[in-house]
Amino acid sequence: MKLRRGLWPVLFILVLLAAWQLAVSLHPGQLLPGPWKTGQGIADLAEHGLIVRYTVASLFRVTWGFFLAVVIAIPLGLVIGWYRRAEMALNPILQIIRPISPLAWIPIAILWFGVGDLAAVFLIFIGCFLPLLIAVINAVESVPAVYVNAGRNFGLGPVALMRKILYPAIVPRLMTGLRITLGVAWLVVVAAEMIAVNSGLGFLIVDARNAGNRYDLVLAGMVVIGVVGLLLDTFVRALERARPLRWGYVEKD
Amino acid sequence: MSANPIIETNAPASRLQTKLRTENVSMVFTRDGESMSVLENINLEVGDGEFVCLLGPSGCGKSTLLSAIAGFFKPTVGEIRIDGEAVRNPDPRRIFVFQERGVFPWLTVEGNIGFGLARLSRSERMQRVSHYIKMVGLEGFEKSYPHELSGGMKQRVEVARALAVNPDVLFLDEPFGALDSITRMVMRGELLRIWLAERKTILFVTHDIDEAVQLADRVVVMSARPGRIQQVVHIDIPHPRDISSPRYLELRDGILSQIGLAHNL
Repeated sequence: MKLRRGLWPVLFILVLLAAWQLAVSLHPGQLLPGPWKTGQGIADLAEHGLIVRYTVASLFRVTWGFFLAVVIAIPLGLVIGWYRRAEMALNPILQIIRPISPLAWIPIAILWFGVGDLAAVFLIFIGCFLPLLIAVINAVESVPAVYVNAGRNFGLGPVALMRKILYPAIVPRLMTGLRITLGVAWLVVVAAEMIAVNSGLGFLIVDARNAGNRYDLVLAGMVVIGVVGLLLDTFVRALERARPLRWGYVEKD
Repeated sequence: MSANPIIETNAPASRLQTKLRTENVSMVFTRDGESMSVLENINLEVGDGEFVCLLGPSGCGKSTLLSAIAGFFKPTVGEIRIDGEAVRNPDPRRIFVFQERGVFPWLTVEGNIGFGLARLSRSERMQRVSHYIKMVGLEGFEKSYPHELSGGMKQRVEVARALAVNPDVLFLDEPFGALDSITRMVMRGELLRIWLAERKTILFVTHDIDEAVQLADRVVVMSARPGRIQQVVHIDIPHPRDISSPRYLELRDGILSQIGLAHNL
């Protein structure tokens, strides 16, 4: 039963690949390289060790930008969320900055950090920080009062309350925020690498086009980006299902 | 049969020392510019080691009174004193037991029960935790998470978490309200057993007349809007109580008619 359910998506992908190949052979040289040529492009990249090297470069930037955003946004969000249970002053500013695409920060990133890893890391940080901060604040505000009261009853001060009550209480919701944010980071890194650096999967795509219109390599790069993104998402989803976090789903009724 | 089967008194039996006292406590909430009197002039004294039930219909302010006594908010008028000290904040010497909702879902049974014991050494903490796990009959569930437990078991965890810090006073806010009636009976028995063993002062909020008469030394009957103390009934039946004895029925029926309910539906 399980095997058959896993079979359907595979079958569907095969059908799509066939349709793609068919369309390309009906209009040769007009649309895209076909799946076969794309596969050859992937093999070509792999042969030169570029898939691993560029994926590692991209993941390196994502890790740093994401990590910095997480370690700053979580404590800050806990503090703001806790004091905002009584008062909300910050909201308008957050709401104005939020719709600004992280890509709009590219000129500023280059101005501050020059062309290099730091600019890319900064852009990823910008892309992750605000959504994460807002997710933490909202999560803190929805922590049931009964947990906070129980914590106060056991003599916890504000810092202990944040560490021992608010933080664990928001973790399940936070995991969802982290998963979405990591997705954003993966989107931003490609764009950042197209402009700010000369390695990574985003760089691969512009470079393949600039260095002789190698659209097979462009598509190969896109496939790799998709697969790595999927793996990242799967990884965080697996964390979300860890036993100590499962209550977040059970209690949502 | 005595002429007045109900002994009325706002003070505990004289042999007990006063543990807790509310002095002219009133509570007014303001919502949308309208003020609403929730509690009016509550004067109550609870003795050390006494088991007192606050009984009344929903909305009579009994939970509000309990929260104020526990220090979660300040009464609009009046003062609450425990051991002679004015209550300003919640305090680990007096633990509030919410319905099973108060159990921390991110901690195991062990983690919950040991929650208030962070200051103890690891071995002392483990010892205390296992003592209370045994007392509430949760052996074998030490590593379970609350969502893996039944409602009654979660309630046991919360009671054990409260007892573990060795408080002098327990506040219980309709602790068994969400349980099925059989589990509720079992839990009452267990609470009584623990109370008889540890002699904490217990203030217990309920809307269930039988529950109040089965458990309490005194039942404080409250009327609604604004919440006032209508009557205090001394339950002079020793534990274990025979809940079909004439005296039990007499006291229960007295409270029923006091609240204005007939004895037959």
